[in-house]
Amino acid sequence: MTVTVEDALTRWQPVVGMETHVELGTRSKMFCGCATEFGAEPNQQTCPVCLGLPGSLPVANEAAIRYTILIGLALNCSIASWCRFARKNYFYPDMPKNYQISQYDEPLCVDGWLDVQLGGEVHRIGIERVHLEEDTGKSLHVGGATGRIHGADFSLVDYNRAGIPLVEIVTRPDITSAALARAYVTELRDLVRAVGASDVKMEEGSLRCDVNVSLRPIDASALGTRAEVKNVNSLRSVERAVRHEIGRQATRLEAGERIVQETRHFHEDTGTTTSGRSKEEAQDYRYFPEPDLVPIAPDPAWVEELRASLPELPAARRQRLTAELGLSDADQLAMNNAGVLDLVLAAVEAGAPAADARNWWLGDLLARSNAADVDPAELGITPAQVARVCALVADGTLTATMAKDVFAGILETGDDPDTVVATKGLRQVSDVGALGTAVDDAIAALPDVAQKIRDGKVAAVGALVGAVMKSTRGQANAGVVKELVLQRLGVAPE
Amino acid sequence: MALTRDEVAHLARLSRLALSDDELDHFATQLDVILGAVARVSEVAADDIRPTSHSVPLTNVFRPDEVRPSLDPAASLAGAPAAEGGRFRVPRILGEEA
Amino acid sequence: MTDLTRLTAVEVARVVRDGEASAVDVAQAHLDRIAAVDDRVHAFLHVDTEGALAAARAVDEQRAAGEPLGPLAGVPLALKDVFTTRGVPTTCGSKILEGWRPPYDATVTRRLKDAGIVILGKTNMDEFAMGSSTENSAYGPTRNPWDLDRIPGGSGGGSSASLAAFMAPLAIGTDTGGSIRQPAAVTGTVGAKPTYGGVSRYGLVALASSLDQGGPCARTVLDAALLHEVIAGHDPLDSTSIDTPVPAVADAARRADVAGMRVGVVREFAGDGYQSGVQQRFTEAVDLLASLGADVVEVSCPHFDYALAAYYLILPSECSSNLARFDAMRFGLRVGDDGTRSAEEVMSLTRDDGFGDEVKRRIILGTYALSSGYYDAYYGQAQKVRTLITDDFTAAFERCDVLVSPTTPTTAFRIGERVDDPLAMYLADLCTIPSNLSGGAAMSVPCGLAPEDGLPVGLQVMAPALADDRMYRVAAAFEAAFAERSGAILEGVPAL
Repeated sequence: MTVTVEDALTRWQPVVGMETHVELGTRSKMFCGCATEFGAEPNQQTCPVCLGLPGSLPVANEAAIRYTILIGLALNCSIASWCRFARKNYFYPDMPKNYQISQYDEPLCVDGWLDVQLGGEVHRIGIERVHLEEDTGKSLHVGGATGRIHGADFSLVDYNRAGIPLVEIVTRPDITSAALARAYVTELRDLVRAVGASDVKMEEGSLRCDVNVSLRPIDASALGTRAEVKNVNSLRSVERAVRHEIGRQATRLEAGERIVQETRHFHEDTGTTTSGRSKEEAQDYRYFPEPDLVPIAPDPAWVEELRASLPELPAARRQRLTAELGLSDADQLAMNNAGVLDLVLAAVEAGAPAADARNWWLGDLLARSNAADVDPAELGITPAQVARVCALVADGTLTATMAKDVFAGILETGDDPDTVVATKGLRQVSDVGALGTAVDDAIAALPDVAQKIRDGKVAAVGALVGAVMKSTRGQANAGVVKELVLQRLGVAPE
Repeated sequence: MALTRDEVAHLARLSRLALSDDELDHFATQLDVILGAVARVSEVAADDIRPTSHSVPLTNVFRPDEVRPSLDPAASLAGAPAAEGGRFRVPRILGEEA
Repeated sequence: MTDLTRLTAVEVARVVRDGEASAVDVAQAHLDRIAAVDDRVHAFLHVDTEGALAAARAVDEQRAAGEPLGPLAGVPLALKDVFTTRGVPTTCGSKILEGWRPPYDATVTRRLKDAGIVILGKTNMDEFAMGSSTENSAYGPTRNPWDLDRIPGGSGGGSSASLAAFMAPLAIGTDTGGSIRQPAAVTGTVGAKPTYGGVSRYGLVALASSLDQGGPCARTVLDAALLHEVIAGHDPLDSTSIDTPVPAVADAARRADVAGMRVGVVREFAGDGYQSGVQQRFTEAVDLLASLGADVVEVSCPHFDYALAAYYLILPSECSSNLARFDAMRFGLRVGDDGTRSAEEVMSLTRDDGFGDEVKRRIILGTYALSSGYYDAYYGQAQKVRTLITDDFTAAFERCDVLVSPTTPTTAFRIGERVDDPLAMYLADLCTIPSNLSGGAAMSVPCGLAPEDGLPVGLQVMAPALADDRMYRVAAAFEAAFAERSGAILEGVPAL
């Protein structure tokens, strides 16, 4: 009998903990000077150190340490006064030294929390630790039916990714639903971006989650046996993986079976998980302090300096934007997901009304970015230009349609808005004298409509306004035209 | 505390050494003697003694985040047992993926 | 004409500088000597004739152009095959690296080249520096020039033998538990282990990272000191490299005076297991130092008795991890890749085939010592013993400027004598290991021939970390006084 998730949730409480790996945005790798740029030719960004060649030695990247401490501080962690790297020993072809330089019982940051908002409530997720380690290479599996590792004939390894700094953020089992798991990762991603530690390009695999899920009876407190779902690499997948595990585990438990403590793999295509190797035969990683690297003892003054340098974090910013600008959570989420929130805020900073800036960046400008396949920030329109255009609309110089033409003009020529307005002659005509003839022409051309209006059917005025707009090629101020038409026909405005 | 042949076989698997039966027997005997000799460290190492992992009194040795030239991949691949398309070619990997 | 191979490094450098012989002549004379005797000694795994002559020519051209030459420019050197050399085979005495030509130079290699030193080739060693006899080389043992049936010490037996057989006036070794000092002692040559962190480990293929240290080998203390100054100094590529000025070891070697210095004799390094002739020469050496005005005292370092045990836990643990990278994937040997076997199987077959017995023993021992459930009892305890040994040194150096002991308990043993008894082999490093565990400096200088077998005996001089100059000062003073009394030891080495 398969138990559905909704049904399961009436009897079982999910208990979820997450281990999230984020590639840090350093220019060079964790322990050598090789570049970290995504998309290079295979093995172009490798050297004796990241290939693990005999005799090579690691030297830690200062920026990676700094970013990790910044993340730890933003997550309200304590920063270790003294800690070491450790070697995690296991053999795998994509790991050049057959040990990973990581941290074991002495992580750089411990005991913090992250407040996550979901459904109008704030959930505090405990952070157990934040530590630093190095990434592995990537294998391409060749042959076999599927192109997957299973059944492949051989593999081809590219070590460009090997040695890129990874920060691992481990929560306490405080996450109580699939939606909260997703909200946590979203919040974490925004926080890492906010402190400048990484761009977190999820599509490039720079954020990867391992999700630990167990169920306990809704009225009991003892934890159940957990399964660890590996390599969950998108926000949507996090939610799907947790939901799948809730259903799977409830089904087993209600059939009287036990949950095996094991590693499971998530499949994007089906949204399901399958068993990996069992933890019973788990590796013995033989951790020991890395003798090639000396201990890290962050100077307390440096840590305080970093704390003082922390930018406004996403949660605080959200509250402020709601209070100061009236941008709702839903709006902020939409802008954030579209990558325009910072642009909107910059436009507001430059004088644009928040609602107008939001509409432009989420509307016309986002559409243009999508059409050009670039990030909105790379489109070629600055927040200051948006603010200027908003001002020109507000003072009646431009109509909304004209404003779009101005943006098109900026993209075409690179000129500032005022220059585009001048060179394209995009100026709304509000002058009564200049519009009078056009209005008279329109009344003459559409006598039936004019009569209807005189007879009291004022709503018909739109047809005459439209005609004037057409004859002035959109440059007339529609409001002024309407008033003028009604005045000419001797009808009082509503 | 004796080191059994089975334990040696387990350790050999962990260390990726395909030891022959003869080697297993031979090493089990030798290692047991060696372990007996080195176990005497516990005679003096009391709880209140801090362990030494590094013999240099250094901390915080970092490099600035600067990109340095990488190796020419041709040079590293030239030393590889097998290479293909700019990548290291390795035998099929017994995956963790199901 | 002078036999260029009998000169010290200082003399060779002078001859080249003064134009009495070209660097190419010097290099050729040593290459000829290698060709004449190395089939019997087997000190070299690879002779880089072309590279050596090219480097010598560059020195000659520099001189011809009137450019200043470094203090050791044009002097030939034998490099232990554990340092990477770009484009030149580097095997570490192991089959698993047969034919590998590294794409980069070790920092030591680069500094030697920059100093105009002519690298003749790569010397034999116990596989991955594991051993005290060079019998563990996958390429056959090196023989002691004093007696070809005996071991030249290890792991750096190729380097020490090349000096004693006049194939090179300078050599480089590495010392994890005595691999520079013990070979120096049993071949009648000089070898120094600098303070840990004094010489960069970048490009030194690691045995035990927290213990390994490269250092100079020579026939005189001053030659060793000059070489020390070439290879030492801060290296940003090695996180454990010390960022302070190199002690003025060459000045100390020239000063060569012990008057008023306090010399401590370590009480624990005597008794059972010490050959009587070694004891005798050591006692005479201490008397000679006293006669030079040194203030000799006896000191006790009670935890040195536990050094060997701690060492044989720490070293295998680190080496089991360091040697994991030899896996047939990116470089070196690959065995059993028939298109059907998995990477895991190929790794295991390659490592079983490519590593020798001693390497496998230590990998398994280290894997055991680090495994969960045993870590605290073995690795953890050994690290505490390490603290106790360092504390013993600290206490002793409060009373003394340097400590002295025999370098090794016996003279060179016979080839084959200890191969089947690892524990007996390990005893050769009894006196040298404590300095590796503490990180201090130590060196061996010849102090005579044992009366019973006529083989060289070494005097070990130990100094605190960063005080390498002290040991050179004492060793040089001793060397001069000894030569004055008994003549240079290497005069007695057979002609081959």
